Amino acid sequence: MKIVVAIKQVPNRDAPVRIAAGGKWIDESDLEWAMNEPDAHALEEALQLKEQHGGEVIVVSAGPERVAATIREALAKGADRGLHIVSDDLGARDALGVARLLAAVIKPENPDLVLTGLQSEDLGLGQTGVILAELLGLPHATLILHVEKTDAGLKVKRELEEGWFQSIDMSLPALLTMQSGGNKLRYATLMGIKRAKSKEMRAVSAAELGIELAPVVTLEQISAPKKQKSTQILSGSAKEAAAALVEKLKTEARVL
Amino acid sequence: MSFFLVLEERGGHIERVSWEALAAAHRLAPAGEITAVAIGAETAALAAEAAHKPLGKVVRVEHPLLAPYTSDGFSAALYQLFQSQSPTQWVVLPHTYQVRDYAPALACRMGQVLIGDVTGIEDGPVFTRQLLQGRLSGSYRHRGNGPCFVSVQAGAFRAEALNAHANAGPAPIEIFTPALDPAQIRTRPSEPFRESAQTVDLGSAQRIVSVGRGIKAAENLPLVAALAQALGAELAASRPICDNGWLPLERQVGSSGHTVAPRLYLAVGISGAIQHLVGMKGSACIVAINKDPDAPIFEVADYGIVGDLFEVVPALTEAVKAG
Repeated sequence: MKIVVAIKQVPNRDAPVRIAAGGKWIDESDLEWAMNEPDAHALEEALQLKEQHGGEVIVVSAGPERVAATIREALAKGADRGLHIVSDDLGARDALGVARLLAAVIKPENPDLVLTGLQSEDLGLGQTGVILAELLGLPHATLILHVEKTDAGLKVKRELEEGWFQSIDMSLPALLTMQSGGNKLRYATLMGIKRAKSKEMRAVSAAELGIELAPVVTLEQISAPKKQKSTQILSGSAKEAAAALVEKLKTEARVL
Repeated sequence: MSFFLVLEERGGHIERVSWEALAAAHRLAPAGEITAVAIGAETAALAAEAAHKPLGKVVRVEHPLLAPYTSDGFSAALYQLFQSQSPTQWVVLPHTYQVRDYAPALACRMGQVLIGDVTGIEDGPVFTRQLLQGRLSGSYRHRGNGPCFVSVQAGAFRAEALNAHANAGPAPIEIFTPALDPAQIRTRPSEPFRESAQTVDLGSAQRIVSVGRGIKAAENLPLVAALAQALGAELAASRPICDNGWLPLERQVGSSGHTVAPRLYLAVGISGAIQHLVGMKGSACIVAINKDPDAPIFEVADYGIVGDLFEVVPALTEAVKAG
């Protein structure tokens, strides 16, 4: 099976974020970066499918130079080759604009399966995979926890709301967006990291792909979220704060 | 110009979140201009239910191939509807798993991009949605003339606001029959199922102590379990804890788990990503213990302690027992 995994590099989950001057996006100067977690699960699923059924795993990511490090990480975990769409203006594109870039490099690969995470941890749009399926003309399923190869194609386990699931049968080629937690992520081994250095990594500039920048939806401004409630913060030592909280819960909130 | 609100059915009824989406739609156009869409294989009862709400008319998009739900079927049917009544200016939907599954593809087919998971609509219109797992919020605008697709987060708009509208009698109902071919439906979904018998009922718990990533390891869970026991509370968790298998899925609170509204919800080491908040923000009293003062959980908390949970939780357990 030839599998393409679309991954995104996002700010490290615990990295403190500051709004950049101008208020359009966050200050990226001192940020640490990581592979978007749902995409890491998509990569893991691809690697497991390859181990069971053979084939090739190709990793695709769009973004500036720094994104190469995340592609290398995927190669170190076992992906066979990488495709880097070099773009410094990713943030100015909407989900359709980004999906068009990805589709332009994925289409010529003619993959059997395209996997990606269900959403990113930064913008959280949760749309890129579904739009990509539409652009590539592939059937898709979202929020997938488990993938099984069948004679007719695939049987996948889809998460529904409130603890329900369903299984979906579909033929190949297809696109799936993966939910976190369906598989256990592997670490790159020292050998894997060494091998990754000699694996193919092709860089294409977004300009070369000839996809114009004409967003339909624009992010105008970012800001600190509005508080929905005024929170009473109880300070002091752990012991003092705990005692103050119990007192509040008893006399003010009356829930104890 | 047409304004569509796509309703979502579950268990034979229209989901409450659809009426919240209608309340949001009222921010964009007068009620009389809104056409509600009931889509499925059998929509008569749904349409009749919708006709009593403050909206202009209801259209039944009905076809045997629209049950069960598939992205291919819904996208094709709604695309035909929107094309038939052009120019469509607005399409408002509830932000559910089902909408997330097809609306981005449908919007793409019309050269558009869904503005998803919207929590606020200001003049402009400017749409607010969360970024970076709720740590920041973003203001979005739609450009150009095409239809603007908007999906509305559960709980962000109040369905009760609809009651303020004068009852003008039932809205007219029309039928739209899309042309669908079995070959267009490329996925074959099964009946929904649950993994295992439920042994706890978080929905009826009066007090819940919920634990998140901050607990770091399964070995540390007894610390939080002891606090739950002292409070006479059920133990619950955010998604990563259940993903790791540290607690069973039936104890998960959030969009993929349970929606709860106890009298007391105490969140330990939970940052408060939106997927978690939608499952618990209706709780009467929310307490958060977190080391990060900027964690989004503090936006919905009544009381907070900023500190190391490994110090605060044992101290709180002692204080509860002493009290």
